[in-house]
Amino acid sequence: MKASEYRRTVSQMLSYTRGMKGYLALSLLMALLSVLSTLLFPMLTGAAIDAIAAMDGRSFIASVALMGVAAVLTALFQFVMNIANNRLSYSASREMRKDIFHQIGRLPLSYLDSHPHGDIVSRMISDVDQVADGLLLGFTQLFTGVMTIAGTIICMFTVSWQVAIVVILTTPLSFFAASFIAKRTFTFFYRQSESKGEQTAFVDEMVSAAHTAAAFGMEGRNSVRFDEINSRWAANSLLATFFSSLTNPVTRFVNSLVYVAVALAGGIAAASGLMTVGALSCILVYASQYAKPFNEISGVVTEFQNAVASAERIFLFLREEQESDDSSLPALVHKDGEVTFSGISFAYPGARLLIDGFSLSVHPSMKVAIVGPTGAGKTTMINLLMRFYDPLSGTILVDGQDYLGCTRDSLRSCFAMVLQDTWLKSGTIRENLLVGNPAADDGMLMDALRECHLDGYILSLEHGLDEYISDDSEAISAGQKQLLSIARAMLAEPEMLILDEATSSVDTRTEILIQQAFDSLMKGRTSFIIAHRLSTIRNADLILVMKDGSIIESGSHDELMAAGGFYCNLYNSQFSR
Amino acid sequence: MGVRLSTFIEGHKAEAVLAPLFKLLEAVFELLVPLAVASLIDVGIANGDIPYILRMALLMVVLALVGLASSVTAQYFSARAATGFAEKMKSALFCHIQSLSEKDRDEIGTSTLITRLTSDATLVQNGINMFLRLAMRSPFVVVGAAVMAFTVDSTLAWIFVIIIPLLSIIVALIMRVTIPMYRKVQNALDSIARRTRDSLNGSRVLRAFCRTADEEKAFREDAEAMYSLQMASGRISSLLNPLTYAAVNGAVAAIIWFGRERFGMSLIEVGAIVALVNYMNQILVELVKLANLIVTISRAVASGKRIQAIFDKEPSMQDGTFSDKADGEAAVSFDSASLAYADGEPSLSSVTLTVRKGEKIGIIGGTGSGKTTMVNMIPRFYDATAGSVSVFGRDVRTWSLASLRSLIGVVPQKAILLKGTVRDNMLVARPDASDKEIEEALEMACAYQFVMEKGGLGFQIEQRGQNLSGGQRQRLTIARALLRRPDILILDDSTSALDFQTEARIRRSIASIEGSTLFVVSQRVSSVMGMDKIVVLDKGHAVGIGTHEELMRSCPVYQEICHSQTGGAR
Repeated sequence: MKASEYRRTVSQMLSYTRGMKGYLALSLLMALLSVLSTLLFPMLTGAAIDAIAAMDGRSFIASVALMGVAAVLTALFQFVMNIANNRLSYSASREMRKDIFHQIGRLPLSYLDSHPHGDIVSRMISDVDQVADGLLLGFTQLFTGVMTIAGTIICMFTVSWQVAIVVILTTPLSFFAASFIAKRTFTFFYRQSESKGEQTAFVDEMVSAAHTAAAFGMEGRNSVRFDEINSRWAANSLLATFFSSLTNPVTRFVNSLVYVAVALAGGIAAASGLMTVGALSCILVYASQYAKPFNEISGVVTEFQNAVASAERIFLFLREEQESDDSSLPALVHKDGEVTFSGISFAYPGARLLIDGFSLSVHPSMKVAIVGPTGAGKTTMINLLMRFYDPLSGTILVDGQDYLGCTRDSLRSCFAMVLQDTWLKSGTIRENLLVGNPAADDGMLMDALRECHLDGYILSLEHGLDEYISDDSEAISAGQKQLLSIARAMLAEPEMLILDEATSSVDTRTEILIQQAFDSLMKGRTSFIIAHRLSTIRNADLILVMKDGSIIESGSHDELMAAGGFYCNLYNSQFSR
Repeated sequence: MGVRLSTFIEGHKAEAVLAPLFKLLEAVFELLVPLAVASLIDVGIANGDIPYILRMALLMVVLALVGLASSVTAQYFSARAATGFAEKMKSALFCHIQSLSEKDRDEIGTSTLITRLTSDATLVQNGINMFLRLAMRSPFVVVGAAVMAFTVDSTLAWIFVIIIPLLSIIVALIMRVTIPMYRKVQNALDSIARRTRDSLNGSRVLRAFCRTADEEKAFREDAEAMYSLQMASGRISSLLNPLTYAAVNGAVAAIIWFGRERFGMSLIEVGAIVALVNYMNQILVELVKLANLIVTISRAVASGKRIQAIFDKEPSMQDGTFSDKADGEAAVSFDSASLAYADGEPSLSSVTLTVRKGEKIGIIGGTGSGKTTMVNMIPRFYDATAGSVSVFGRDVRTWSLASLRSLIGVVPQKAILLKGTVRDNMLVARPDASDKEIEEALEMACAYQFVMEKGGLGFQIEQRGQNLSGGQRQRLTIARALLRRPDILILDDSTSALDFQTEARIRRSIASIEGSTLFVVSQRVSSVMGMDKIVVLDKGHAVGIGTHEELMRSCPVYQEICHSQTGGAR
């Protein structure tokens, strides 16, 4: 990593405390005060001891009383400083988490589809933790360290300015050693975080796919693969931990050498009568005292690399290009649900052109069905219509307005969607339904459930609407998950409806019952339906037959059957044994 | 009780002992330096003996070098012990998670498994590392200072005897209060992880319903809640440093106060008082270092408990021992088998069915009628809560899971593919399969053509098969199961995203497999009507078992299903 990038990461990391200048100042002030009172304490002790020797009762009692005051004050200053530091680092990490979450909501789906979710989770969990720890350590040790150094320098100058200058001049040595190590540890820490991300991604994938793993007896192979990632992580972790822990011994060694040099030079000077023994011992005491905070700071600097390495991974994620900003665009004005595709071309990133120059006019309240073999691009049409992906060229007019010129939310709120891959959030059934319409009351929820024939099931659950469910859970069947997502869409009461294989896991009897609910929902609404059970789309106004990204036939059921083409074959195949 | 975490130090015991020992050695060499300086002054300077001074300086350099060497060795051993411990623990934890049944994992939740394997494991690792570096040194210095105090003045030294337990109590109290708090912080991290995973996996739905802002709001609340917990635990641990500081300085004041009395009685010299104060200060310096350690260790203990809790979760399923089929004609038999996922209505109630080898069974029924539940019991994903299921003449609970499952090919309802090439995904079923065999399986599942169009077996599939259509994913999972050439093939509604033509072709190629016992779960009558036997499920009960013709005569539920599908067309 280049020095400039490093600085950028560090300053971006520190910018998270920008709104907390008060606490920053408080922390600094408390560090200063506690260092001062810490330095004061030995002086008071000295005065008290002197008073004992001088048998001066009054000044003895005064000194001891002051000692008590200093001890209590120092404790207080330290406590306030700790609290301020906690606040600084924990709120910085909290804000970072919020930013990561915000970014997830802003990234295009093309990014989210192609990057391991576990790695993003790892940035959110492990890397932010690491930054918080680094900041806390930094604030706590760095401030007091700097203050102690400043205090000691002042003390040294008051005793002997020559020695002070010598010691100050030799300190770069230990800093040089520390920065030498720090530079190397950064790489190890970065690799450690990376392999942690890889590990999280693997665990995420395997725990999510546990069913498949068990079915194919993959446990053994998974363990081997995990151990492989794990030992790579361990190797990086060992290097990072070990090298970062070298700073303290090495800087201490450098300081010992300085100490020896001072002792040698001073010793020779004293032996030659150029210096008193007392002065030499004084110099030596300060030389060792002065070195201590330097040791601590240099230790912090290396540990801090861990935080910077993690911060770098976080900021790389935050710098990923977001979807174009649409906050200044007007909202789409919802009218009657007219949709016009004009000259749409599309390819998934890095794949061949899938849709080429697609045009279509859909009148309000039309029921459009899209059929065709799998992989023909049906779901891609939905991806484009919902603007999950943007077309390469061409645009879609919704109610006469160019959808690229409107906010995504206003476009998406025209539609309610039920997808082939159902997804439920981890939460109660009520929370899941409210995704469709946050304003719905329990009565409306039960109505929607009744329409989807789930009311009996929900009532049989111990907690009813408050039953906790999650996407990973096997206790709720795939068909029931799908019915829930239909209920969710019904609650949204949209202008338009998108159903992508919405009832593929639902049994046909329930499907017919739901069909009636759909029909009443679709009345007066434009709808787009993808279905394999062609019986469900026979009454569509327009059936588009897609193959390899383009429309090969279109028309009503009767027209297509009369034409005797691809659709006709497909339709008849349903009834062949 | 599961594995104890402490067992993971096995194999690193030597490092765990050597690390603190070398750390101690370093401290000893550090203590020798003042002696060298003293003789440099007392002998060298006093006699004006410059060669002696040089020798002493050289000795100090040697001492520093030896100190450096032992310190570096100590750091290395502690890093190794801590990393080795964490590596073993993670590996065992991953294995353990895999050994849990689906029911167990459902109960625990995926997100918390992830945070425990990552965040908590790191905290434990840090705890061990810091513990090995400092844990021996600090008590050594503290106790050493007290012992030295007795050599100076045995009466005033009692102040040390009082203050050390007091300091221990402060440390113990703070640990006791903060450990449960740190545990809460980690629990809060679980919900952060859960929301993050939800926002990633549910990005389409959340965007479609314009709920990203709401989710973000909820996340922010969780982040605030976690922040409050961090601040609360931070407030307590922030007390540690000030309290120990005040206690030690209080002791210094006590030494001086009582020192004056003894001085008055001519029982002590001023120099001795100074020495005692210095020893007390050494304790203070050491305690400052220890304070950070205490926080790290408390967090490690809290996280260790969370990890231990997962290890303590015994797999609710015990592995059996049989690895071969028993004699007999039956491939699978259900004997009054019932299954309830949670307390309440069972998902499957007392189903009895015997399936002979090579028989083809269709399972049909309404949503939530127990179809998936029934087939999930064959590879023992779930155990019957009453009754039993046998495969090839043996109760599934007596089979070794690996042997049992190796006989079965499952195509689950949710087509799950892994990140990797098509080949990688196929080899999951049979690691020794050749490309030719893979291609044959793809051909049978009508997947060969699209795989070749996409670039062949090396085509890279994204996580969850995100870059394939639903139908393509289903065909690949079918091919994967077929590649296994299983004795029992289970297709759990795994053609729902396929058009009828493709489905019919796959059905024909599967029907051509000889000898395989087949279970087909489907919503479509056309998929099951040609089967030897059809099981009709309704609310967990088998309301009809028989051929299509028999059921058409005798089973009203089946008639209804048929009617709903053929409608007016037939």
